[in-house]
Amino acid sequence: MRSKLLIACILGASYWTAPAGAADPATVKIGCVAPLTGPQAHLGKDIENGARLAVDAINATHPTLGGQPVQFVLQVEDDAADPKTATVVAQKLVDEGVKGVVGHLNSGASIPASRIYADNDIPQISPASTAVAYTHQGFKTTYRVMANDSQQGQALGKYATKLGKRVAVIDDRTAYGQGLIDEVVKGVAAAGGEVVGREYTTDKSTDFTAILTSLKSKKPDVVVFGGMDPQAAPMIRQLRTLGMKTAFMGGDGMQSAEFLKLAGPAGEGAIGSSPGLPLAKMPGGADFRKRFNERFGKVQIYAPFAHDAAVVMIQAMLRADSTEPEKYLPELAKTRIDGVIGPIAFDDKGDLKDGPVTLYQVKKGHWEPVETVGGQAAK
Amino acid sequence: MDVLLQQLVNGLILGSLYALVALGYTMVYGILELINFAHGEIVMLGAMVSVTVLGLLVAAGVPVPLALAVALAAAVLVCMATGVLVERVAYRPLRNAPRLAPLITAIGVSIVLQNLAMIIWGRQYLSFPPVLAPHVYEWHGATVSNVQLLIVAVAALTMGALLLLVQRTRLGRAMRATAQHREVAGLMGVDVNRVIAATFAVGSALAAVAGLLIAAYYGIAHYNMGFLLGLKAFSAAVLGGIGNIPGALLGGLLLGVIESLGAGYIGDLTGGFLGSHYQDIFAFFILILVLVFRPSGLLGERVADRA
Repeated sequence: MRSKLLIACILGASYWTAPAGAADPATVKIGCVAPLTGPQAHLGKDIENGARLAVDAINATHPTLGGQPVQFVLQVEDDAADPKTATVVAQKLVDEGVKGVVGHLNSGASIPASRIYADNDIPQISPASTAVAYTHQGFKTTYRVMANDSQQGQALGKYATKLGKRVAVIDDRTAYGQGLIDEVVKGVAAAGGEVVGREYTTDKSTDFTAILTSLKSKKPDVVVFGGMDPQAAPMIRQLRTLGMKTAFMGGDGMQSAEFLKLAGPAGEGAIGSSPGLPLAKMPGGADFRKRFNERFGKVQIYAPFAHDAAVVMIQAMLRADSTEPEKYLPELAKTRIDGVIGPIAFDDKGDLKDGPVTLYQVKKGHWEPVETVGGQAAK
Repeated sequence: MDVLLQQLVNGLILGSLYALVALGYTMVYGILELINFAHGEIVMLGAMVSVTVLGLLVAAGVPVPLALAVALAAAVLVCMATGVLVERVAYRPLRNAPRLAPLITAIGVSIVLQNLAMIIWGRQYLSFPPVLAPHVYEWHGATVSNVQLLIVAVAALTMGALLLLVQRTRLGRAMRATAQHREVAGLMGVDVNRVIAATFAVGSALAAVAGLLIAAYYGIAHYNMGFLLGLKAFSAAVLGGIGNIPGALLGGLLLGVIESLGAGYIGDLTGGFLGSHYQDIFAFFILILVLVFRPSGLLGERVADRA
């Protein structure tokens, strides 16, 4: 009898306290994971800022879900670009009850984390992971808002072969670098070029003189590097110090403002590819750049993609009128919006449909777009 | 053949840098039997300070040679101060503690310095201002840049100055005496505390020079560049014979050459099984081999005589 009274009291208390929350907006947590420490911290911060810009803009419109006002809260975590940390952080976000995740940056982090999100039915939209494997694991929750490495690698390989038939490649042995270079090798072969040497490094190295010397003896016309800008910048400097006049190309990990700063004059003439259109050519680019610069400073690479990833996710929730993944995941799959980056629609694997890839070259210390491959014609 | 020569040249440059850093480890071990794991972070501090100061001066229009000299002086001062401070605060209280305590403290100091640097300079990579216009010289098919020649020259000069200090000055004699037998040196009128502080100061000054050279060579500096470098330099010191100054020199050069040649040829040697991304394992592989087969190092250990 006493215990029944106790239970009745507890139930009554919870009934009374619940409506008190209705006056304040309910919070919906959206996870945002990227490396916030380490050599790629500038890129991770870029992602956080892009997502934050989107979330704050949406919150300012006083959104409602199920008749209740809601506020979206960005739960930011640092995965240090490390696959092990990424899984720990993913589990933490799942335990905290996030309804979706914008992240991660590195394919090497997104792929292991995606398993955890998939097991808990939490949709994940990556603004930067380009490895093909990320969406090809058979999970329903993996999405990305940019072209993947198969398109990027092919574009790089073709362009490299245009510059010269003898192509040397270096990758940093991460899921991203390795995957990209595998595709570049295919692209080079398809365009009739020859891969004269393949060397490896890590995503923590700064000394590449040994491997560059080894490649120099193979007399390449072009060197293609699959990896991030903290390696690409010293690499091109050492390349030039060794007296190698070859062209130097890399993927989106290299095509950043930080590369220009770190490489200095040695970076002149380097070619980098990036999924998506140049910021200036993106339909929402000029406006986004203005809004972003006011609040956060310079755009590195991924901010517009993180912004659109957050927008896509939240808009799917609003369309489904629910934050429960079972309800809004189908809406996510049916997304058809015009984001900052351009038209966004997903194929059945979660890849962006018709994602363009743009090749840039460093001219007078700035990245200038050279060629856009795929996607809808850039205006 | 010119590939081999180039790899050797690369290795010698790298080796000079390792030797400069290894000297700091070896001197401290010789006197205190302490592996100063924080030494790598002193190098990092030297690099960060010199890059920051140089950047400020160059932006203010100061002529390059003067800016470089001031940056070097600033780095040396900061590193010496840090080294002496660390010794005073972290190691001196543990002078008579069991050997494990200062070792763990050293690791702790390393972590503190890394995080301090991260707080002060942020997590971004700092870039060395492009003040040294690269000229590339050809020599029998190998290319050497003016920066690389500068590194070898400065490293050689610095190490020569150190040898002069240790062999021909009163302080040097006091250092050698303290290294041989601390208590007896004290009895002979050597101010042991001052000598130990001076050892740390000299080692840190070398580290500052190394830091500036590394930043100039690679063009970048960041807060966690000291850790791996410190471990490799320590391996170099062990290879040459810890406590032994010429040993550190030899060990450093040797390790640089082994690493360069190894990274260049490992793919061919193992038939593609191990790739060049295993470049870093050479230092530790050497360390294991040395400790197993010749623990006193190539030129023999030189530590305090406890008889």
